[in-house]
Amino acid sequence: MLVRRGNRVATFALLATVALITILPIASVLMLSFHESNAQVRGFDLPDRPHFETYRNAWTTARFSTFMWNSVQISVLVVVSSVVISVLSGYAFGTMRFRGSNALFNVLLFGMIVPYEAVVVPLYHDLKWANLVNTHWSVVLPLLGTNVAFGTYWMRAYFRTVPPALIEAAAIDGAGSFRTLWKVLLPGGRPAVLTLTVLVFMWSWNEFLLPLIMLSSDDLRTAPLGLPYFSTRYSTDRVGLAAAAVMVALPIVVVFVALQRSFVNGITAGAVKE
Amino acid sequence: MSTETAAAKRAPAVYGRGVTPYLYILPAFLVFVPFVIVPFLRAIQLSFFEWDGLNPREWVGFGNYRDAFTDPLVQTSFVNAFELVLFIGVMPVCIGLVLASLSASVRVPGDAAFRTMIFLPQVIAGVVIGVTWRWIVAPDGPLNETLRAVGLGRFAKTWLGDSTWALPTIGVIGAWATTGLCVALFHAAIQQIPQSLYEAAAVDGAGRIRSFFAVTLPSLRGPIAVALTLTVIGALRTFDLIFITTRGGPGTSTYVPGMLIYNRAFGTNVNVGSSAAIAILLSILVFGVALLIRRIGERRT
Repeated sequence: MLVRRGNRVATFALLATVALITILPIASVLMLSFHESNAQVRGFDLPDRPHFETYRNAWTTARFSTFMWNSVQISVLVVVSSVVISVLSGYAFGTMRFRGSNALFNVLLFGMIVPYEAVVVPLYHDLKWANLVNTHWSVVLPLLGTNVAFGTYWMRAYFRTVPPALIEAAAIDGAGSFRTLWKVLLPGGRPAVLTLTVLVFMWSWNEFLLPLIMLSSDDLRTAPLGLPYFSTRYSTDRVGLAAAAVMVALPIVVVFVALQRSFVNGITAGAVKE
Repeated sequence: MSTETAAAKRAPAVYGRGVTPYLYILPAFLVFVPFVIVPFLRAIQLSFFEWDGLNPREWVGFGNYRDAFTDPLVQTSFVNAFELVLFIGVMPVCIGLVLASLSASVRVPGDAAFRTMIFLPQVIAGVVIGVTWRWIVAPDGPLNETLRAVGLGRFAKTWLGDSTWALPTIGVIGAWATTGLCVALFHAAIQQIPQSLYEAAAVDGAGRIRSFFAVTLPSLRGPIAVALTLTVIGALRTFDLIFITTRGGPGTSTYVPGMLIYNRAFGTNVNVGSSAAIAILLSILVFGVALLIRRIGERRT
């Protein structure tokens, strides 16, 4: 019994320590962001009261209202289109047999492990030739390409769990393939679609390399791309930078807290793809 | 996997006739082929040219690859990436194993909440993590101030500005950001291990440590391979974090392949061909690591 209690104490202590080490840096930057702008903060100094000026400055003067709005537009477009496209192709790969389906699916799997660093440089020059560089399309279309590869893989896995009898019954009732998908299969697939939605939202909101390379005018910057902009322009304003960083992270953290299960299941189950 | 293939064999071919399936996959391939596959093939092509991005390019065969193997900066970048693998690839897996197996054997209050907190960095953008830690390890930031407060002030330093310490600091930041993924992966996998295996081990007189090595570790072979694949590839591809913290400095002490690919393609002295060659080398390394770890994970199962 004594050993048991020792185990419990050790487990609790270890879990709590790692959790604390994870949370402290985040809490510390949050504290920093509530100081007065340009305050000389040291270590774990607490603000005398929460100040929100830096948030207001970052939002207006440092143009984060524009950057956040750009990110919202790009993310919504990418999320809606990739989910729709992935449901359609996952449906075909998961429930239909057709010539070349294995080869085509393997090409998608290969696309999932190609390091994106190897893709962006030629992509930049080709999009420049097509006059698409420095438009949101140059970020949206490549994001669609990568997300659709994962999305197809993810939705195919769901469609394969559906009992074939269900699909056959729908066919006998005279439902066409699209009607079967819409009325019979999708209602049960809501958790899979929700998980895909939050993952694609996170990946498109957090994407950094693509907008860094593709977007040169400040008006088009995304929220993550606003951070290097801020730190070169106001290099001494650490409090302001902290506020900006909090704003960039906030939308995803809110969704994470609300839909934890989808996130954790998606990231861990999605990982097994490799 | 076996149930999946069984289901696939039973899968009806009801709608599999004619062009229908191809119409369903068409939109996916319309965005996937031009924006992932074609540019990757173009990267292979560009790696055989010398090109400044503006003037006509010149065929140099394997010249860019030959140069890459003798270029000290390329060597430094890959050596640095391998050092990051030790921190970002291996450390989180070890911590994750210990935490997940401990918290699976005994229930403690608040364990789910703790795991959520540990997972949190997974959803935060790399640049935000960089900004956060730039503050934590700043000369007068929380880390140094804490060291001074407890009388260890002689260890306080400009962590990211010191060519000895900058890379290990980035490694620790990466490990901090990745541990939650490993904990979640292993926690999910440990739930699948039949309790009877532990009971059998206990009957044989195995203690906690023995049963960890006899039961837990062998059962987690697959998940460990998955976690290592993700973390090692993530470590080799580190970019956002370094771009926002050190940009490869001081000197070249935190230069990594991603930084080199970016600078050769968009910095000063542009050589797109060299950038593409390094990108292809990195891709080969990533594919190799994925295959190797999968091999190791599959053995003896």
